[in-house]
Amino acid sequence: MGSRSSHAALIPDVENIRRETGFSQASLLRLYHRFRALDRSKKGYLSRVDLQQIGALAVNPLGDRIIDSFFPDGSQRVDFSGFVRVLAHFRPIDDDTGVRDPKQPEPLNSRTNKLRFAFQLYDLDQDGKISRHEMLQVLRLMVGVQVTEEQLESITDRTVQEADEDGDGAVSFLEFTKSLEKMDIEQKMSIRILK
Amino acid sequence: MLRAALPLLGLPLAAAGAAEEPTQEPGSWGEPPPGLALFRWQWHEVEAPYLVALWILVASLAKIVFHLSRKVTSLVPESCLLILLGLVLGGIVLAVAKKAEYQLEPGTFFLFLLPPIVLDSGYFMPSRLFFDNLGAILTYAVVGTLWNAFTTGAALWGLQQAGLVAPRVQAGLLDFLLFGSLISAVDPVAVLAVFEEVHVNETLFIIVFGESLLNDAVTVVLYKVCNSFVEMGSANVQVTDYLKGVASLFVVSLGGAAVGLVFAFLLALTTRFTKRVRIIEPLLVFLLAYAAYLTAEMASLSAILAVTMCGLGCKKYVEANISHKSRTAVKYTMKTLASCAETVIFMLLGISAVDSSKWAWDSGLVLGTLFFILFFRALGVVLQTWMLNQFRLVPLDKIDQVVMSYGGLRGAVAFALVILLDRTKVPAKDYFVATTIVVVFFTVIVQGLTIKPLVKWLKVKRSEHHKPTLNQELHEHTFDHILAAVEDVVGHHGYHYWRDRWEQFDKKYLSQLLMRRSAYRIRDQIWDVYYRLNIRDAISFVDQGGHVLSSTGLTLPSMPSRNSVAETSVTNLLRESGSGACLDLQVIDTVRSGRDREDAVMHHLLCGGLYKPRRRYKASCSRHFISEDAQERQDKEIFQQNMKRRLESFKSTKHNICFTKNKPRTRKASRKKKDGVANAEATNGKPPRDLGFQDTAAVILTVESEEEEESDSSETEKEDDEGIIFVARATSEVLQEGKFSGSLEICPSPRIIPPSPTCAEKELPWKSGQGDLAVYVSSETTKIVPVDMQTGWNQSISSLESLASPPCTQAPTLTRLPPHPLGTEEPQAPLDLSSDPRPSFAFPPSLAKAGRSRSESSADISQQQELQPLMGHKNHTHLSPGTANSHWCIQFNRGGRL
Repeated sequence: MGSRSSHAALIPDVENIRRETGFSQASLLRLYHRFRALDRSKKGYLSRVDLQQIGALAVNPLGDRIIDSFFPDGSQRVDFSGFVRVLAHFRPIDDDTGVRDPKQPEPLNSRTNKLRFAFQLYDLDQDGKISRHEMLQVLRLMVGVQVTEEQLESITDRTVQEADEDGDGAVSFLEFTKSLEKMDIEQKMSIRILK
Repeated sequence: MLRAALPLLGLPLAAAGAAEEPTQEPGSWGEPPPGLALFRWQWHEVEAPYLVALWILVASLAKIVFHLSRKVTSLVPESCLLILLGLVLGGIVLAVAKKAEYQLEPGTFFLFLLPPIVLDSGYFMPSRLFFDNLGAILTYAVVGTLWNAFTTGAALWGLQQAGLVAPRVQAGLLDFLLFGSLISAVDPVAVLAVFEEVHVNETLFIIVFGESLLNDAVTVVLYKVCNSFVEMGSANVQVTDYLKGVASLFVVSLGGAAVGLVFAFLLALTTRFTKRVRIIEPLLVFLLAYAAYLTAEMASLSAILAVTMCGLGCKKYVEANISHKSRTAVKYTMKTLASCAETVIFMLLGISAVDSSKWAWDSGLVLGTLFFILFFRALGVVLQTWMLNQFRLVPLDKIDQVVMSYGGLRGAVAFALVILLDRTKVPAKDYFVATTIVVVFFTVIVQGLTIKPLVKWLKVKRSEHHKPTLNQELHEHTFDHILAAVEDVVGHHGYHYWRDRWEQFDKKYLSQLLMRRSAYRIRDQIWDVYYRLNIRDAISFVDQGGHVLSSTGLTLPSMPSRNSVAETSVTNLLRESGSGACLDLQVIDTVRSGRDREDAVMHHLLCGGLYKPRRRYKASCSRHFISEDAQERQDKEIFQQNMKRRLESFKSTKHNICFTKNKPRTRKASRKKKDGVANAEATNGKPPRDLGFQDTAAVILTVESEEEEESDSSETEKEDDEGIIFVARATSEVLQEGKFSGSLEICPSPRIIPPSPTCAEKELPWKSGQGDLAVYVSSETTKIVPVDMQTGWNQSISSLESLASPPCTQAPTLTRLPPHPLGTEEPQAPLDLSSDPRPSFAFPPSLAKAGRSRSESSADISQQQELQPLMGHKNHTHLSPGTANSHWCIQFNRGGRL
């Protein structure tokens, strides 16, 4: 790292990114190095392959989906600001939750945005609803042990029914939020080092 | 020890006191045997165990007395009451015997009283929560304890130097450090006793409690090191000794943990192979955990740490391996032992305090110690929390810190350690003993009394139970994976990363190795929640009787959004074993009445509604194998259940239809229904019956049972009746109160099948094992009408319509009995029935017709089912609630007998 690391100015467009994501200078720098390290061929952006190289991601049942979330709208590359923007969802929520400028958009790490991030991992076709099929796919990934397909389907039915309030057989974002209202999302979807 | 001591306890009980006299007599007369003695008094032979039993009995009785008044126990922690009781008993003993010869003996304490408590807390420790907060717990346990010990010791020494401690207290810096080390450790027993009555939030609890468990290693090391330094004399202590002291900290703590983990591994591995000897499973758990404790103690490692780790490590695998009954047995035995030990400890603490011969009072020392432990505890907590908050995602706020400082209770460990001091080496021992007693009493009584109001006053976040939902469980898993993935992307291998790695490792290797295959298959948390929810649904469904019947037919009681109707006490039932952490480590103690009631209610409901919990009609002869006739019993069950259902369907066709409607359509049923039925019948070894006639409710229940069977797959071992057996005793109370009472009054005698209550109790858990398929008929079985009523119906429908007289109706039905031993017993059945007819019983012809039409064309069923619920609902729930209830009454009534 050496001399490089002391210059946050090296990061392109650093001020804008900071404002948008709320990351501290140090975190940004750290992420920038990580970004550079992942970008093996020094092309200035990351492609899917770059992320797929990360060994542990390959065994993570949600690895692919998380990689996908870095590439919204079918794009094939993600630059640093896009990279940071995704990670900003996992920044712990600031303590000073007092007055926030109502005109400003909700920070990326708000509860809603954290939930939205999770939601879009389920919602593959991005129609704003987790359909039964999508739920089934997630459950197939998550239920580790060998349950039969039938059992899996009944779990799925059950899960969807449980959350589905308007009876359309799918879970909307609102219903998704509601099903998690007792959970401490702020804590469960934050990583400490991403201050 | 107990031998000497327990008579003292016995003295107040005149019986024991009187009993002591004769102990000498056989000895003195013993020489010339005066022929054959008709009556021999052998007190001395039974003395020790007898007194131990009495001892515990007194403690238990005291507990009962305390709990007679809810007001007292809600204000005063039990530990306080017990200590006070001990004081009183000690006082009586002192007055009677003129000397106090008994106190809490360190040997007994460490070898017998402490292990159960620690095992209990380790085993039921919410592991996820524990590991999530491991950093904080370790900090407080290690740094905090060291800090407390050294600052307290040094400050006391300073106090002495300043002349505030009387010069007769002969102690140097090392003595004070030794004293500081033993007085500084937060005591797990005291903390548990107080904190489980104060329901603070999970994080706070786990930090205080985890600290009290893990600081044992530090305490032991400090104590030993200081003790040996004192014995060596401060002049002889070399630099290497200090280094050794530091090194021993690691040896003792890591060694203890390692011993615990090794035994946890052994335990898990052993339980993997107990399939055929279920009966010893609980025993194994206790034996190996105790072995871990003793081994660590033997190697002078931290025994508390060893047992904690053993319990913590083995739980997942053991719970998966052992049968459900064993699980219940383990749980209850553990809780009983722990509660027992705790009671005795506090009582003995009280009694020991009376022993003034060991006391030597010095106000300066006592007050100084009290002040310092409080002050340095608070200071230490604040400093450490400040440090920790730099790293914590969720900082501990000021209120948390206050509770943590205030929750630093000292207890019996300190007392036992101070008793262990050698008076020749530590001349100030008596002063230390007195001070320790005061400190322990102060923390347990004063702080214990005030912590509840304090928590209330500070508005500390309380813990809350909420039942797990599938969504939460699923999303929680998702979040874990997301976080792990994000950590990967960020390139920071933090907690989530390692947890994820560990889980993968566990899944790939450890679970494979330590869980039996069938258990491994079903050991998924999501699946687990699903399974529980299903059971809960079944319960609350049955619980509600016909009330959920809505035209949508979609109401699943456990759905949080719609369950206002379904929200009964029963629905909370599984919260304890739910995925959410349950902080009440002794939950059965603290919320006894509520839980038992729920369990009892569930018991009935399951009894009435499901097959499985009811497989207990046959009196089992074997005391050694509990698994023999599971299969055949089950077959019988199914048969009986079907029969009963049919009988009931005679009586109240409509309800059953309603019942049908709700369940199967909504749940997995429709898919599995056919499957289930076919399967059940196959196992019954009976020809397939006409689905149309067969009460559909029974079908569903069959499905339920199949469902569960599937989850257990190849082995027929059952994950059956969640916590049912042990609550059966509470049933009668439950039945007397609440909403059931009404229905009971309305229709007092709809019982058709008198269960055999004794059987249920006598019999140990039915377990797996493939029995033959022949249906076994015991005398109880015959109380069930052994008829195939389908034919009966067809043949005697006319007589039914003309006059509703059940006995007559039943008789002809016997004709088409399948090749079946039951037939031989048939005469009893009508008798039994006729003995118990409902006065109001009558078959509305229209209903009978409806029933017949169903039986005639099974294709018609679905249509009927569409129609019936509305009909049934209207007719019965509203127009004639009495009849509507009767169906359920049957089950409740029966349950009451069980």
